[in-house]
Amino acid sequence: MVVNGLLLGAAVVSLFPLLWMASVSLMGPGEASTFPPPLMPRDASLGNYRELFAHGGMAGYVANSVMLTAAVTLVSLTINVAAGYAFAKLEFTARDRIFKLLLGALVIPAQVAMVPLFLLLKQLGLVNTYGGVIVPAAASIFGIFLVRQYALSIPNDLLEAARIDGASEFRIFRSVIVPTLKPIIVTLAVFTVLGTWNDFMWPLIVLSDQELYTLPVALASLSREHVQDPELMMAGAVLTTLPVLFVFLILQRHYIDGLTAGSVKE
Amino acid sequence: MRAGHRTIIFAVLLALVLAGACRSDSAGDTVLRFWAMGREGEVVTELVRDFERTRPGIRVVVQQLPWSAAHEKLLTAFAGGTTPDVAQLGNTWIAELAALKTLEPLDRYVAASSVVQAGDYFPGIWETNRIDGFLYGVPWYVDTRLVFYRRDLLRRAGFSEPPTSWNDWRRMLAAVAADAAPGRHAILLPLNEVEPLLALALQQEEPLLRDGGRHGNFRSAGFRRALSFYREMFERDWAPLVAQVAIANVWHAFGHGDFVFYVSGPWNIGELKRRLPAAQQETWMTAPLPGPEGPGASIAGGSSLVLFRTSRHRAGAWQLIEFLSQPAVQRRFHALTGDLPPRRAAWSDRGPADDVHARAFREQLERVKPMPQVPEWERIATEVRHVAERAVRGGLSVDQAVAELDRRADRILEKRRWLLARRNE
Amino acid sequence: MTARGAAWLFVAPALLVVGVFFFVPVLAGFALSLTDFDLYALADLGNLRLVGLRNYARLLTTPLFWQALGNTLYFVVAGVPLSIAVSLGTALLLHSRLVRFRAFFRTALFTPVVTTLVAVAVIWRYLFDTRYGWLNYALGALGAPPVDWLGDPRWAMPAIIVFAVWKSFGYNMIILLAGLQSIPAELYEAARIDGASACRQFRHITLPMLTPVGVMVSILTIAGYFQLFAEPYVMTQGGPLQSTVSVLYFMYEEGFKWWNLGAASAVAVMLFILIFALTVVQLCLVRWQSAA
Repeated sequence: MVVNGLLLGAAVVSLFPLLWMASVSLMGPGEASTFPPPLMPRDASLGNYRELFAHGGMAGYVANSVMLTAAVTLVSLTINVAAGYAFAKLEFTARDRIFKLLLGALVIPAQVAMVPLFLLLKQLGLVNTYGGVIVPAAASIFGIFLVRQYALSIPNDLLEAARIDGASEFRIFRSVIVPTLKPIIVTLAVFTVLGTWNDFMWPLIVLSDQELYTLPVALASLSREHVQDPELMMAGAVLTTLPVLFVFLILQRHYIDGLTAGSVKE
Repeated sequence: MRAGHRTIIFAVLLALVLAGACRSDSAGDTVLRFWAMGREGEVVTELVRDFERTRPGIRVVVQQLPWSAAHEKLLTAFAGGTTPDVAQLGNTWIAELAALKTLEPLDRYVAASSVVQAGDYFPGIWETNRIDGFLYGVPWYVDTRLVFYRRDLLRRAGFSEPPTSWNDWRRMLAAVAADAAPGRHAILLPLNEVEPLLALALQQEEPLLRDGGRHGNFRSAGFRRALSFYREMFERDWAPLVAQVAIANVWHAFGHGDFVFYVSGPWNIGELKRRLPAAQQETWMTAPLPGPEGPGASIAGGSSLVLFRTSRHRAGAWQLIEFLSQPAVQRRFHALTGDLPPRRAAWSDRGPADDVHARAFREQLERVKPMPQVPEWERIATEVRHVAERAVRGGLSVDQAVAELDRRADRILEKRRWLLARRNE
Repeated sequence: MTARGAAWLFVAPALLVVGVFFFVPVLAGFALSLTDFDLYALADLGNLRLVGLRNYARLLTTPLFWQALGNTLYFVVAGVPLSIAVSLGTALLLHSRLVRFRAFFRTALFTPVVTTLVAVAVIWRYLFDTRYGWLNYALGALGAPPVDWLGDPRWAMPAIIVFAVWKSFGYNMIILLAGLQSIPAELYEAARIDGASACRQFRHITLPMLTPVGVMVSILTIAGYFQLFAEPYVMTQGGPLQSTVSVLYFMYEEGFKWWNLGAASAVAVMLFILIFALTVVQLCLVRWQSAA
């Protein structure tokens, strides 16, 4: 009883801000800034959302986030899965030493690279373009690690048999490996979608044109202008959080399995 | 999913990626990118429609930036090579962008222009756009800082005229504070704004930086006096220790009588007219900034329109600047924002000269001094804000504060000293 | 195509991206930290000077750097134990056999982790509002006076800590839960038969068995908490009185607001050295403890 009570309390604490966000987003202007603070709107209305889409340019930001997330996920999945498989099952010079080097790099915080990366992208003409966000994210050491971990468990006989049959490496990859790796691919996809959608600091630095903003960047900039409009801001927060929450809820098994697989095995 | 479908989706997304990664203007129309800030940014979007009507084939895309992020975004654009064609620029930033060689000198454009006539502009304001002998901006509007006050509350405390000297002001602040209900104050000086303090500092004889902008001059007697006066207002609880964001709605608070004096700029004329009910419009008025001995100077502020060197449509961009400098357009701009025109032609007919609240500004504009025109000024001003806040909250004495400010300013200016020394070799 | 050739093709894109867009910038970052690259240099490379370790020396005499370091350490020292304690507590609760609707609770407690940081920071900014925020309302209901969470220099960092713990505890909870679930039940059986209380079972079975996972969790959490940035950026802009300026926030302002890229790189390098050193210390401690 106590256990369930405590868990219920914890769940309330975890979920209250999100539920409050949804509730306030449906309130009228100024309603939330009253004392005592209201829990439910008097007349729920979609006015804030309409305002955001009509004058706030939300439609553009949503589209930007969707497009960018899709692009990064697609590109990085392709590259990470191929590399992860290769590190696990294919032979090439210094394979294990290179992998150890990559693992070591995980310790380095990305911020050390940020400033020079910005200058490099400027030389390449990628500042203020989506390329500047996609290209550095096209490969991730963590993703490669995750895929390799999983791919190690593929039985070698399977590969040998296919090779003896005369299949090329690409054929084997497409027809045999990818289907076998499906669970980890889905997990990695969920990680990437969540991570890219929520990414804030780098898009903030790289994208200067307002039309290119993704939702988190747009929300941060809106929040500095519209401090006085909590209802409007909550509507923006809902739009920013809801899609990933949705993806998470549907695919949570894969996400959580991936988390624990990567960590407990150490 | 079938392999064929996967390939198609892949191709489509790849196409989207490439489309997003490369940006190109559509053929045909010239597109001018114009960055504007704050309220001006909201208003100018309307004005440029007229410009587009008179110039078919030119489209103006206005990007609005909040003031809090504008400086950062401009520098980011410079660093990333993504500057717009035209921008509104606070005139304290002109020296900085000019030093980066990112602004186009406008002398020959002005010489050939019938609309932009140098002689028509207030000289003090025009000069803030001149760096090293070149003109880098055309003033768009002027602002300065002076006193907004509640006439009725001041009268109730026994004063029929606004203060003209610091001692006057001290007496009125004390009287009003004694009268005020708990939770109310005599004056609002938001801690996130450094301009009121800098205005008091500019009233002194000593400049803020010395040696041609090579060293800080904050240990001068003048700045000490200004900082002490500023600090006094908080020590005596005439001003609350708050930053702007803590005040949900500053105009309602003013109308409500939460404070009697407010040091701010001309945009608030328009805001107060819009946001306070008609019945309350008689209760507030503006007055020039009191100085140490009598009416004092204030900041020669405002924004200019600048043209970026990297612009590929300089002729069209100049036409936009000319359009916004026409006296008629300036008067319309004033009507929409409350911002004051920088050229006398826009003042002489109806419009700003009629506005009773703007009269104090007209008077103050004759007594304005510019901030030091060094590229590092924005950073130094930020340090002044931080150190002043600490001094005001009791963490530093005035002596410690001014010494610290000089230390920080000297450090910030080190590269400038090196560059100037090198140039003289 | 040979098997080896194909293998290279598989890894080439990844190695190219990681090499060019990570390793090269990291090395360049170290190099940049030895120069005074700034706006003047961006305008004209002739204005660049090689200054050796002067950026580092300057940093060490910049009061704001030490304040940022202090703020960040405050955040880590207060936030990490709190976060891990909450994670462990909720993991223990979830692990209990008395739980009903385990899947629901697990999801509910994990949800804050996947939300967009900027969005929830905006939400919490209103929850922390002095007059209309729910936190002060709840405090008022308990009889406590309202707190100016984001405006008072003493309370701003605690506010951010509360928020950060709320957002991230679910992550470690899941990992610790998996760790708990991997402890063989027989151990507890044996202990119960021997008459050990729940407390003793916790101290002598749970904690030791969880240690490897716990160490990893603490290393990752500490490294993560050192990289505090988005919360001060969205909620407090480093204020009030710069009490919430973190090392990364300081680096961001130095680098991307004032464009002192040389100094900013120096800050990043120092942050890296700090995290690296702490990780090594933690690993050594563990090895020393397990040897003892």
